[in-house]
Amino acid sequence: MQTVLSDDQVQFKHVVHRFFDTHSSTTAVRQLAETDTGFDPLVWSLLSETLGLPGTHLSEQYGGHGFGPVELGIILEEMGRTLYCGPFFSSAVMAGYALELFADEAAKIQRLPQIADGSIRATLILDDLNQPSQVGRLIEANQVGALTGSASIVLDGCSADVFIIVAREGSGLGLYALAANAQGAEVLAQDSIDMTRKVARVSLNQSAGTRIGTVTRKGLNRFWDLVSVALAHEMIGGAARLLDETVEYTKGRYQFGRPIGSFQALKHRCADLLMSLEFAKAATHHAGFCLAASDQATIYPSMAKAMAGDCFMEMARAAIQLRGGIGFTWENDTHLWFKRAKCDEVLLGAPHRHRARMMAILQETQDVA
Amino acid sequence: MSHDGIRAALEGFLDAEFSPDLSLVEWRRRLVSAGWAAPSWPEAYFGRDFSQAEALVVSQVFAERRIVGAAQVGPRRLAAETILAHGTHEQKQRYLPKILTGEHAWCQLFSEPGSGSDLAGASTRADRKTDHWLINGQKVWNTSAHHADFGILVARSNWDLPKHQGLSYFLIDMRQPGVEVRPLKQMNGHASFNEVFLTDARVALDDLVGGEGQGWAVATATLSIERQGFARGRSQGAPAAASAGRVYEELARELEIDNEPYTWYPQREGRPDLILQRAQETGAIEDDAVRQEIAKLVCLTEAARISADQVSAHQKSGGQGMLPAGSIGKLGASVIARKAAHVHTMISGASAMLSGPESALEGVIAETLISVPAISIAGGTDEIQRNIIAERVLGMPKEQRMDTGPFRDIPRNGQ
Repeated sequence: MQTVLSDDQVQFKHVVHRFFDTHSSTTAVRQLAETDTGFDPLVWSLLSETLGLPGTHLSEQYGGHGFGPVELGIILEEMGRTLYCGPFFSSAVMAGYALELFADEAAKIQRLPQIADGSIRATLILDDLNQPSQVGRLIEANQVGALTGSASIVLDGCSADVFIIVAREGSGLGLYALAANAQGAEVLAQDSIDMTRKVARVSLNQSAGTRIGTVTRKGLNRFWDLVSVALAHEMIGGAARLLDETVEYTKGRYQFGRPIGSFQALKHRCADLLMSLEFAKAATHHAGFCLAASDQATIYPSMAKAMAGDCFMEMARAAIQLRGGIGFTWENDTHLWFKRAKCDEVLLGAPHRHRARMMAILQETQDVA
Repeated sequence: MSHDGIRAALEGFLDAEFSPDLSLVEWRRRLVSAGWAAPSWPEAYFGRDFSQAEALVVSQVFAERRIVGAAQVGPRRLAAETILAHGTHEQKQRYLPKILTGEHAWCQLFSEPGSGSDLAGASTRADRKTDHWLINGQKVWNTSAHHADFGILVARSNWDLPKHQGLSYFLIDMRQPGVEVRPLKQMNGHASFNEVFLTDARVALDDLVGGEGQGWAVATATLSIERQGFARGRSQGAPAAASAGRVYEELARELEIDNEPYTWYPQREGRPDLILQRAQETGAIEDDAVRQEIAKLVCLTEAARISADQVSAHQKSGGQGMLPAGSIGKLGASVIARKAAHVHTMISGASAMLSGPESALEGVIAETLISVPAISIAGGTDEIQRNIIAERVLGMPKEQRMDTGPFRDIPRNGQ
């Protein structure tokens, strides 16, 4: 199993880093936050067509590039760093992984290439974003595939072309596809704390979905691991950016005749933040390597999500605190990351749920080295 | 030299010279004169100029054949490596062999009641007389000083220079009337350290190391050796199982004395290794609150392990860029120890009050709970580590110094 990034992966990281530095400036983020769709179609087509990013982790036979969770993690770390606004996580990560894991061969052949090349933007409708065991309580499919129920948080629900839906059918779970403009589907934009990631409520009333696959509980756990680790990468990318900028701020801000970064109270806080970040990064990268190496369930994906979630929030709180009053203003950029941190913390399970999940796996497998 | 060649030469030597019926000192004298006691040292000084890889072959043969090697537990290694790097020819000839044979035990006399984290603020006096140095002052945290024959000592030889420039480094005979050693009992009941009172103690003029005023540079070298030792652990030194024969019996006695100060060291790290087993045995693992805390602890211990692995892999592959490995690892160890003690307490409940034979693991957990405060102090406090991380890794500005200019003008404790 890998321990650190390969030379090729480091090169890839540099390319992705430059792309988002150029195309996801804070000015752009602020503009997109004020729009309804929340993304720039030009940047989306650039990252899809020039770099092929949405297909990174998808299989080659379905139009992807055949890389895995590590390369996907590199992209998300850079997206988190720059707070990229766009349907990458909803379409490529959530819907893409759901199709890879659960869809029938025909559905994969039909749908994954369009997701991989960015020409179709899909989103996944899960009726519970807290824990995999609760999925399937609210959305139900009848015997002819008519879908009924409501999900309160659907990422990029207003801009998606197609919904991929996990729904209860009898005692099991099925995977369904539904055009976003299908009859009986009502999409309502939700206000979110985080204006840089759009969410919607999607209500379905006897909507005629196409059944495209079967979702097993074991598969759902694997899916949860993959998307949680992807999200953890976004979080450590955001946290690292906050630490860099906060430390720079303390070097340039003078009070009492000296830079405030020379005060031990601030130094010690920053040192603790760096340790928290280094540990969360180590856990997240390790989780990516584990997912790439094996299908076996381990504690590491949930460990990564819990640690990255706590770290990003801790960093965001400190980033505001160490700036003092200016950090609490709308004009200062810090709140953009703070709000992403708050939403990422709870999306796909708050830290305490992932710790509970770790413990269940730990007791089953005792796999700590 | 090829590894097979080393192995053959050593095997030949051992076949001819080693017998378990030798006295420990006699056996080590043979090792020293043949250069096998410290093979990585220079040929001119009891070694064989071996590389680390070559020296490893020697250790392997020693381990395979359960041969007793040079004495190395405790502060004697710090003295030996420092003398080897900075001592005069005469000092090396005089002191090194008896360190290797274990005839002389050493201690470190650096910290003082008035200068702990600020080591360069030492105020023990070294006054130069016509044919010796006269030493006056007090040292503290001196592991094994109560049975040391010699000490490595930092003292102030000039009070008019800035603090770092007025220090000198000495080798001092501990068996003299001017040296009084008192054990220092710790809050966990052990007495691993001592206080050392120096009252008109004498040091010969040629027991100065590195020249007058060079004390800080030499002390820094000792501290760097000490940190490397922390990283390597104290794993070497003895065949794992005792064998019959005089040399093994004498070794067992030596190790019992040398290791005595360290018996509680695993407990100061919080014993996270015992958590899962205890939680299962007591049923505490079914308690959701305890489960959350165990998970937090596992996050920390696993992340610390993974992070260390990633750093060493990065370094092995010739990776560039500053990695804050050492100080972050040290700070992490403190956090882990505190968290582990916290979880042990949750698991024990009211029984955590007990420390006697009825207590959990016959006192090991009780000792853990009252030893953990040491981990965030020993080897550089957490606060000092945070300063190091902030200034050297994050590049935050240093605080304005209040200790420049002649040392005698700097405000000190008790003035």
